[in-house]
Parts: sequence; C-alpha cells; structure tokens
Amino acid sequence: MGVAVIEASMTKFGQRDAWLRDLLAEAGEECLSDAPIDNDDVEHLYVSNMSSGEFEGQTGVMNWLAHDLGLLPAYSERVDQTSSSGGAGIYEAWQSIASGASEMTLLVGGEKMTHKTTPEATDIIASITHPDEYKHGVTLPSFAGLTARHYLERFDAPRESLAKVAVKNHRNGVDNPNAQFQKEITTETALESPIVADPLRLYDFCPITDGSAAMLFTTEERAAELTDDYAVVSGIGGATDTHVVHERDDPTVMGGVVESSDQAYEMAGLGPDDLDVAELHDMFTILEFLQLEGIGVAEQGEAWELSMDGDTDRDGELPINTSGGLKSKGHPLGASGVAQGVEIYEQLVGEAGPRQVEADVGLACNVGGFGNCVITTIMEAAE
Amino acid sequence: MTFDAHRCENGHVTYPGHTFCPECGEKQTETIDLSERRGEVVTWTHSTATPPGVREPNTLAIVEFDVADTVVRALGQVTTDDVETGDVVEPVYVEELRDPEIGIKEPESQDWDGYRFRPVQ
Repeated sequence: MGVAVIEASMTKFGQRDAWLRDLLAEAGEECLSDAPIDNDDVEHLYVSNMSSGEFEGQTGVMNWLAHDLGLLPAYSERVDQTSSSGGAGIYEAWQSIASGASEMTLLVGGEKMTHKTTPEATDIIASITHPDEYKHGVTLPSFAGLTARHYLERFDAPRESLAKVAVKNHRNGVDNPNAQFQKEITTETALESPIVADPLRLYDFCPITDGSAAMLFTTEERAAELTDDYAVVSGIGGATDTHVVHERDDPTVMGGVVESSDQAYEMAGLGPDDLDVAELHDMFTILEFLQLEGIGVAEQGEAWELSMDGDTDRDGELPINTSGGLKSKGHPLGASGVAQGVEIYEQLVGEAGPRQVEADVGLACNVGGFGNCVITTIMEAAE
Repeated sequence: MTFDAHRCENGHVTYPGHTFCPECGEKQTETIDLSERRGEVVTWTHSTATPPGVREPNTLAIVEFDVADTVVRALGQVTTDDVETGDVVEPVYVEELRDPEIGIKEPESQDWDGYRFRPVQ
C-alpha cells in the first residue's frame, strides 16, 4: 500500500523552558490542527525519543502524549534507536500504513537536553558505546575526530572543506525560523574555534538542543482524497553496522548508510542521480562527507570536493541540508530524524519559504550512534 | 592481566569478543593476548570535551595489531598527548581508566581497568 505524508510540523529548536511532555504536545498539536482530519482518526502514535528517562526521569511518554492529544485508544509506542530514533519512527509509521495495520499514523519525535551540562549530556550519549569503548572515555565527538583525521590524511582533503560544511549549513539555517542558530559564520571563524576533538573544532559539531517535530502518515489513496499537498514515501531502508566502531573494515565507510540507501533506492526505483534535495545527519561536519559517499552521490574520498566547489549549496547541483542541518537547526536526538522528514516534506509540497528549491525527489539520512544504526527515507512529491 | 582479542575457528579475530564471529557466524573459541605485542596507530584525537570522571584532554587512538595472519584493531587511551599516525605503541595496564563513580553507568555493570597505548621510542 502506498504511504503518504499529509502534514508535518516542528517546534522552535534551541534552549527551551518546556520539558519533553510539552515539547511533544506542541509539535503534535500543530500537526493535527493543520491536518484535514479529526484527532480520533489517528490509529497509531509513535514517539521517537532516545533518553527521556536519562535526561529528565520521565518514562512512558507515548502514553502521556496519546492521552494529552486525545488520541485514545490509538496504539502507541516509543521508538528508540539513539540519534536515529526519528528515522526509525518514520520507518515504524511507514510500516504501520504499508501493512494495513493503521490508516492514520501520527509520529512525534522529541528530546529535552539543555538542562544538563555539556559533560552530562555527552555522557548520556556516550553510554550507547560498547563497555570496552566507554571505559576509555570515548565520546561521539571523539569518534568524529578519529575518523576526520583518517579521512583528511588518507584522501589528502583540505581541512577547510569541513569548515565549509559548517558555513553552508549555518547559511541555510538563517532562513529557518525554527533553527537554533540563525547566524552566518565565516570559514575563518570555524577554523579558529576551540578544539573539541582534534582535528575537529567547535563549529564542526552540532549543538545540544531541545525540540520536537511531527509528521502525519496515511495511505496514498486517502491522502489524495484529503489534500492536494502531500508527499509519498517511495523508498525506505534501515540497517545496522558494528556496535564497536573500530571493528569496521574501513573507518571511512558507514555500512549502515550504504545498506539503508541501497534498500531505499531499490524500493523507490531511483538512484542518486534522481535526487533534488537531501537532508543528511551532520551531527559532525565529517558525517556529511561520509553520507554523501555512502548514498552514492560522491565516490569514496571525493565528497570534500563537492563542499569546496559549492555543489551542495542551496543553489548548487544537489542542495544538502537546506534546513540548516543538525549543525545550525540543532539536534534534539529523537526529534532530528523527524525534522529531516519535515524539511523534505516542506520542500516537496512547496512550503519551504526562502529555503525553497526545485524538488520532486528528496532523501533523508538519519544516523544513530556513529553510523551504528541508519535509516534512509526517499520521498517524492505527489503527482 | 591480559588484553584479549578473540578468534573463531575460521581465523577471524576481533577485539572485543562476541558471542558469534561477526564475519562468519561461528563461535569464537580462542583468545590472543595483545598485552605483550606492539601495534601501529591508525588514527588519533585529543578529546577536550570529556564526560564526568574522564581525564581532560583525553588522547585516544585506534591501534592495529598484526596477529595470526590477520590484523585486529583496538581503541584506547594514549599515555601521552604526543602521538602521531603511524607511531608504534605498546599496551600499558591501568587499573582505572576513568572514575566509575561519577558517570551515568552503574559502576558494577562493567570493568574499568584496561590498557593505554604508550608510543615506543
């Protein structure tokens, strides 16, 4: 059964006073209020969230949200796949409609993080690692530093190419009113910012963020009855790579990105050349290169050239992270994959405002851990 | 103390070990102690934004060891901040790599001792 997205919304990302419950309700309410349906049409509710228990001691958030939004007795479930919880939520929502189990599914992703100190939040996220990694004090940023050094040395890529990813995504974020940062930066600022995980510096990393995002799914048939503005999930794939990061054969290949995008392309009957826009999981600037290579847009070791040449700019050959990406929009863990879907939806239905590009086909790649779990989704504008 | 990599009957070696070999699915049946061997630094980083209970900066490296006709990699702390790709290093035992009482994990849930890598002059 064809699966469509008929509405999407997100809260302002950033440092918010609201706790997770209220963030989820804010995005869910906006999505339902704007949709041409009644709340009791919703049959399934998925809540993408990595760590509400660890961050604020609140568990069972799907039950809270179902009750609060008046969705009872809809089936509800919390989806955790670490940083790719949002993409996994898209996968669950797609499955629920494609299988016929639900005719109307609401997905809400969210995380509340900024009340913790940076070291505390870093530790919660680092707890996803293998115990033999964790005991060495490894963090996700340190994996990025280890991988970036290897990439730059092996492929003789200029350090500036990573800075340009940050500059581009900050520039895109200026036009996203929901972004955490709406501020341009210069290459020099990025290159001179403090070291976080050598050779990567502060501006190579996304911030810690509070926020929520929502998408509403139904069958393609029902979507066509309800609205003219919808997008179709034409391909989706999910895959898992090694838990222990150093066990990968090639440190610069994210197997989960390759596998999940292969699955999504095959289902959609499309390839990398068909993409008009993409949201990639730029938790660290180096990840934009690894994903461009993993989804087949660039050959291995060559994605940095696209960055240097401006091919991934909003007016470039393939605009990447028109939303501002995680870098500038922010990264509330469970919300991020959903917010990627929100941006692709808005691009496909023509609601992206000043960020709008010409797009009939969009891809979102949501990465959990350091490429440990990955969901790739391809969406197309309704015909 | 030993620094054990694990080998299956088909000769695939991993560090750490797994219930089944990730390469072929067979049981891992032997261990290979890396503690007396030397390895080579594949890549490294100085991590300055470290979690509670972790030294700062925390210099980390991925090190490759030649073992039994194959290679195996391990990630670990480095004894010094002065390290380069390609350096030859040897493992040095440390009783507590970070303070188990401060982080998010239950101290009893895992081991905290292990090996740092010391560059060999």
